[in-house]
Amino acid sequence: MEYRTKAIVMDSPAIERAVTRIAHEVLEANEGASDIAIVGILTRGVHLAGLLAERIKQIEGVEPPVGSLDISFYRDDLATRLNPEVHRTDIPFDVEGRDIVLVDDVLYTGRTIRAAMDAIMDYGRPRSMQLAVLVDRGHRELPIRADYVGKNVPTAGRERVRVFLQENDGRTSVEILEAVTQEGE
Amino acid sequence: MLSTPHIIDMQDLTEADITMILDTAESFKEVNERRIKKLPTLRGRTIVNLFLEPSTRTRTSFEIAAKRLSADAVNMTGSASATVKGESLRDTAQTLSAMACDLIVVRHRYAGAPRVLAECMDAHVVNGGDGRHQHPTQALLDLFTIRQELGHLEGLTVGIVGDIANSRVAGSLIPALRTVGAKPIVIAPPTLLPARPDVLGAEVSNSLDDVLPELDVAYMLRVQMERSEGMPFPSLREYARFYGMNAVRLAKARPEMKVMHPGPMNRGVEISADVADSSRAIVLNQVNSGVAVRMATMYLLLGGGDSGTAS
Repeated sequence: MEYRTKAIVMDSPAIERAVTRIAHEVLEANEGASDIAIVGILTRGVHLAGLLAERIKQIEGVEPPVGSLDISFYRDDLATRLNPEVHRTDIPFDVEGRDIVLVDDVLYTGRTIRAAMDAIMDYGRPRSMQLAVLVDRGHRELPIRADYVGKNVPTAGRERVRVFLQENDGRTSVEILEAVTQEGE
Repeated sequence: MLSTPHIIDMQDLTEADITMILDTAESFKEVNERRIKKLPTLRGRTIVNLFLEPSTRTRTSFEIAAKRLSADAVNMTGSASATVKGESLRDTAQTLSAMACDLIVVRHRYAGAPRVLAECMDAHVVNGGDGRHQHPTQALLDLFTIRQELGHLEGLTVGIVGDIANSRVAGSLIPALRTVGAKPIVIAPPTLLPARPDVLGAEVSNSLDDVLPELDVAYMLRVQMERSEGMPFPSLREYARFYGMNAVRLAKARPEMKVMHPGPMNRGVEISADVADSSRAIVLNQVNSGVAVRMATMYLLLGGGDSGTAS
């Protein structure tokens, strides 16, 4: 299916400002950066996790450790969908007793976050887990909510929300995409 | 997804399939280094290890792989199964099919048995070694180990030394190496080569010393004393002298050349004890890779669209 951009909901400066605000919120909620660790969910969450860690360092002078998480082996839809490209999970710190901030680009059904929480638990018992997302587009199917949200974007189920990042896509923006219907044109 | 619903013959796998299995195995290797080595991935799936020929290492490796993926693993061994009561392979397959298992790992004395099984049941079939034919997961774990040690596979020269005629390890490794762009050389006395070595698709040499300087990997096959009728060479000592890997021979090889062995080793015959215990031998890395590679094959066969209704 082909998609075209319906609306740009965040541009590069807006994303920067959202990450900065989330950094402040994380520091306020956790009373500093000493016990936190940031884990990005592959693939776009990892880049955002890096941005967030960098921003926290600028503000607080302490750089929290950053990990990346592939949730392919924890999905609940393996029977219907196989992720063809599994990446290596890299958690270069002990999660035991830490405050883990999970980072993803878009919060939608909540199933990815459920899988990510299970994955983290296999590494140990963190003191707490928090969730930061750049965009919350609604349509939850599980009782999950984000602690830090860049922007709430109401969407229709048939639309897509895509986060484009300079490193992966050559531009930085958050866009709502809609399917191009062949016969309706 | 893989291009085949079963892993029976290395020729069934494309280069893309092999790369996908090896890449996926990298992720599972990380899991095997964790404190909690368990994933929920294949919860509720049933994997039967049907081992109709004695095996401890391979069966254990498959069993650990299935359990680490949370599948229900059931072992059926030759002596405990109905086959000793005269049940045919086809009936065993249909019985297992009726119990709705998702994947069968089969080791059998006769070449072709896994193919028969795949044809008469719905489950995915993985060949755990069939007669003198193939042992594809061994070849995959060997490729994985070589890639980990030497960084790549394409362009490498791998010498496979020993009982080529009777080895299912060689039967899978030769086509596997060719698929990924490496060069296999089989090295054996004429009595251990098949009647027509040209059909192997590998360069053939009768002298290990001649080709040794070319090798990136020396793969020492086990002398299968239980398989050949009578010894196909004058003595074990003579075999060790001409075709065994020892410290003197190792000193003449490339300094980065690795020594591999599918196990179990006959120390002092195809590999000397000091070489087996040296850092040049990567035999335990092979065993370690085995679990990750077998997890990858199970994951890739059972994941995705129409799993359970293969064939």
